[in-house]
Amino acid sequence: MTDLANQIITGLSIASILLLVSLGLAIIYGVMGVINLAHGDFLMLGAYAVWLMESALGLGFLPCLVMVFFIVGAIGWLVERTLIRHLYGRPLDTILATWGIGIILQQAIRLSAGAQLRYVKMPDYLVNPLHLLGLDISAYRLLIFSVTIVLVAVTYILIFHTSFGIRLRAVMQNAEIARCFGINNARIYSLTFAYGAGLAGLAGALVSPLKSVSPDMGTNYVVDAFLVVVSGGVQSLFGTVASAGIIGELSGGFAYFWNDTLARALLFFLVVVLIRFRPQGIFAMPLRRG
Amino acid sequence: MNRRSLLKGAMGLGAAGAAGFPHIWIKSADMAYAAGGEIKIGILYSLTGTTAIIETSLNHATLMAIDEINAAGGVHGKKLVPVVEDPESDPATFAQKARKLVLSDRCVSVFGSYTSASRKAVLPVFEKYNNLYWYPTLYEGRECSQNVIYTGAVPNQQQKEFVPWLVKNFGKRFYLIGSNYIYPKEENNVCKILLKQLGGEVVGEEYVPLGHSEFSSVIQKFQDTKPNVIFSTVVGDSVVALHRQYKAAGLDPAKMPMASLTTSEEEIAAMGGEFAAGHFTSAPYFMSYDSPENKKFVESYQKRWGADKVTNFVSEPAYFQVHLFAKAAAKLGASDLHPAEIRKAAWGETVQAPEGLVKIDPDNSHTYLWPKIGEAQANGQFKIIEQSKEWVKPLPYWAYEGEVCTPTGMMEKKS
Repeated sequence: MTDLANQIITGLSIASILLLVSLGLAIIYGVMGVINLAHGDFLMLGAYAVWLMESALGLGFLPCLVMVFFIVGAIGWLVERTLIRHLYGRPLDTILATWGIGIILQQAIRLSAGAQLRYVKMPDYLVNPLHLLGLDISAYRLLIFSVTIVLVAVTYILIFHTSFGIRLRAVMQNAEIARCFGINNARIYSLTFAYGAGLAGLAGALVSPLKSVSPDMGTNYVVDAFLVVVSGGVQSLFGTVASAGIIGELSGGFAYFWNDTLARALLFFLVVVLIRFRPQGIFAMPLRRG
Repeated sequence: MNRRSLLKGAMGLGAAGAAGFPHIWIKSADMAYAAGGEIKIGILYSLTGTTAIIETSLNHATLMAIDEINAAGGVHGKKLVPVVEDPESDPATFAQKARKLVLSDRCVSVFGSYTSASRKAVLPVFEKYNNLYWYPTLYEGRECSQNVIYTGAVPNQQQKEFVPWLVKNFGKRFYLIGSNYIYPKEENNVCKILLKQLGGEVVGEEYVPLGHSEFSSVIQKFQDTKPNVIFSTVVGDSVVALHRQYKAAGLDPAKMPMASLTTSEEEIAAMGGEFAAGHFTSAPYFMSYDSPENKKFVESYQKRWGADKVTNFVSEPAYFQVHLFAKAAAKLGASDLHPAEIRKAAWGETVQAPEGLVKIDPDNSHTYLWPKIGEAQANGQFKIIEQSKEWVKPLPYWAYEGEVCTPTGMMEKKS
């Protein structure tokens, strides 16, 4: 019984990190149709921003998180304004352009902060595990889990219960008609991109004390994020949440019964099969595209 | 453009070409190795890509040793001139840059590589052109090239004292965890042989993908199997993730320590000392080792590259192997300076390294080293708790009965 409970918790904590790193991508890819290969590098920027603020300015971890969201969001906004907006409707070109941005960001960090691993301190009160219901649960993983839930809720409210969200969904469904109704598409796009980038930065900042910080850390995460978004169904927030949960539990389970190497291979295999037979993902939303 | 200016341009290009590749015009190859008051040596450590993190420190240690040798007058009054190339953590690029260093730059030796994959990639180049490669990393052994000098530890030097010590102090049940490539698998083979001799038991053996950072499933297996020792050959950023998640899950190093062959000061600086404290590493060198040579090494390293930089068990051999090279080259006449001659001269050569007096073994071109066991401290340094009383002979084929490395190549004894 304890084993099963432990296993479910392990799966959930993997799932919460997956969801955290894919949320920003889901927004940018789902809403704007931009395949953002620089997503992992926005994540990396977030981790470095936290490292810099902690080590140079001596700020605490939690205040850093808020600032990281805005810093990386601003960088995302800048990237959208100067480059991405010229490439809407040209998916292949955006792939190449965002990949290039990723390389530029990586090398910029390598040149300025150095190539070595960087140390982001875990807050002292989160280092030791909590005893809940007879189980040892990592306090830091619990923090990640809660922040992820909050972020999903905020994103949900933003999309479905604000006037910005209404305009966003209008642009998603048909950009031309939305413009006829006086919606400023360009502004919606750049804010959405900035929000997605900000979420990526926040994700990077949150995983940095549990994992490691290096210029090429983004590469692994961007693969995970695409895995989640594609199998969950593009344009579906619920799909992303559900598929992060399923992938997290599956990879935890596979890794438990066999090992992590095999778990990863199996997971990729399952996703390939899924896409072959259901290219729109598990939870695709029926949507008219303009 | 008329025909005359075209001709002039072509002549100019030809002249520039000749100046750029002087070796084309030099008939005697040996002359070129020590031409013009300088001796060219190649430096082949990745400055970009996955392993740039550690390889940059090797590049730094090597350049520092070269400066020291030049400041002391060089070799035969000739300065060592480093030709630095960046192979970008990519084995194919390693081979390509190695060819450039050997053929166009005519380096008399090349210092390089961290991963076994990159060493295997450059081997054909050095064997084909009979040049010499100096490899500083501890590695899995089971190689016997005529064109490599190996200055890092092989499994018998890291494990032969370490595993019995762990069994004696913590118990016989081991969980083997490593990254999924050749080095951890070969090290674990050695560990299993030693455990069998000691009556120990392997309760789990597992390999995670390179760059893996999600260890919750692995940690759950630790909790289920309750080993006495977690024997770790995980490498790179995975080391950082594993240690942090180990502590966050509430495991206790006093009951179930991680014993590693790969965790150095470099990784500890990145994870934070509190996550490493209480775990063990076996290596010939630790930054905290108390010797006059090491004090000087650490001081000049930090002075040159930054006060927050650490030295580690790979950068130390990267440093002393250049001194070994210089001593070997100094034994030869200036006109004899040739890779094959340097290799012969290097056999039996010794140098007072930061870890102690080391010697290149004439039997197999590996190096006699001083194994130590260190316990990681919260301040990021190791406390050295055991060290061997004498230098330990390298045995690259220790785990393979009947196979020996000899100066003329690998021998298989019929048994």
